[in-house]
Amino acid sequence: MSDIKLAFIVQQPQYKGETSRLAITHAIAYQTVEILLEDDETVTPKLCFVGEGVLGITKDQPAMEIYGITSTESHMKNSLLVDLEVLVCKEDLDKYGIPESDLPDAEDMGADVTIQVVPFAEIQKAMDEAKHVLMF
Amino acid sequence: MGKLTIGVFPGVVGNMSYDFALKIAGAAKDKGHDVSIWFSGNASGSVIAGQKHLKDYSTAEQHLKALLEKGVEICVCEACAVARGAKKDTAIEGIQWNAMHWYLAAIHGADRVLHIGGE
Repeated sequence: MSDIKLAFIVQQPQYKGETSRLAITHAIAYQTVEILLEDDETVTPKLCFVGEGVLGITKDQPAMEIYGITSTESHMKNSLLVDLEVLVCKEDLDKYGIPESDLPDAEDMGADVTIQVVPFAEIQKAMDEAKHVLMF
Repeated sequence: MGKLTIGVFPGVVGNMSYDFALKIAGAAKDKGHDVSIWFSGNASGSVIAGQKHLKDYSTAEQHLKALLEKGVEICVCEACAVARGAKKDTAIEGIQWNAMHWYLAAIHGADRVLHIGGE
């Protein structure tokens, strides 16, 4: 069994650039990586939002209506649907005045997991435990 | 020797990060390491063949061909590429096209990962 732990650290706001969205889509891709790996090999990413990365991940985003593109909210929900561990830095949410209740969940889609609002120390721990840290 | 996976996200024009990624890939290969490159985001537009080299702008084609010749494995994110109008039949020959899980699989087998983020 060879599981490689990864930490995806999103530090840029959604919609400002493409890279913060690519963090989410690349992390979600862990669900299908098995087709390219041996039977006992897995990849386990943790998707972490820190700094300005906590901006643009709230619910009720009308991106499809306004821009004709899928919203970050829908990507966040898809992340939860595939059981991705999603961590959001509590200190940075507080800094920008974003209440935890503004973050989406994917209960309506049947997801078993929710976004975890955690102190930065938890995100630091995720980075420490990961074999590779990818900064977006 | 080790295996290095490089994720390249910035575009070829507008900054030197892309150039840096290709230089370090070539240097690692010359030292005998296995090197894999993943292009995503704006970097995926760099796989189009027939790039005209103007001295004021970085170009990718000649460098990518040289890396492929050395045995560097290069793969582009298909969704990112087609979103930018790139097509397989007009792309640089030898570059693989795949989905984002290719990058994760390459990371799985890597001793070191250089993730060069984009704009």
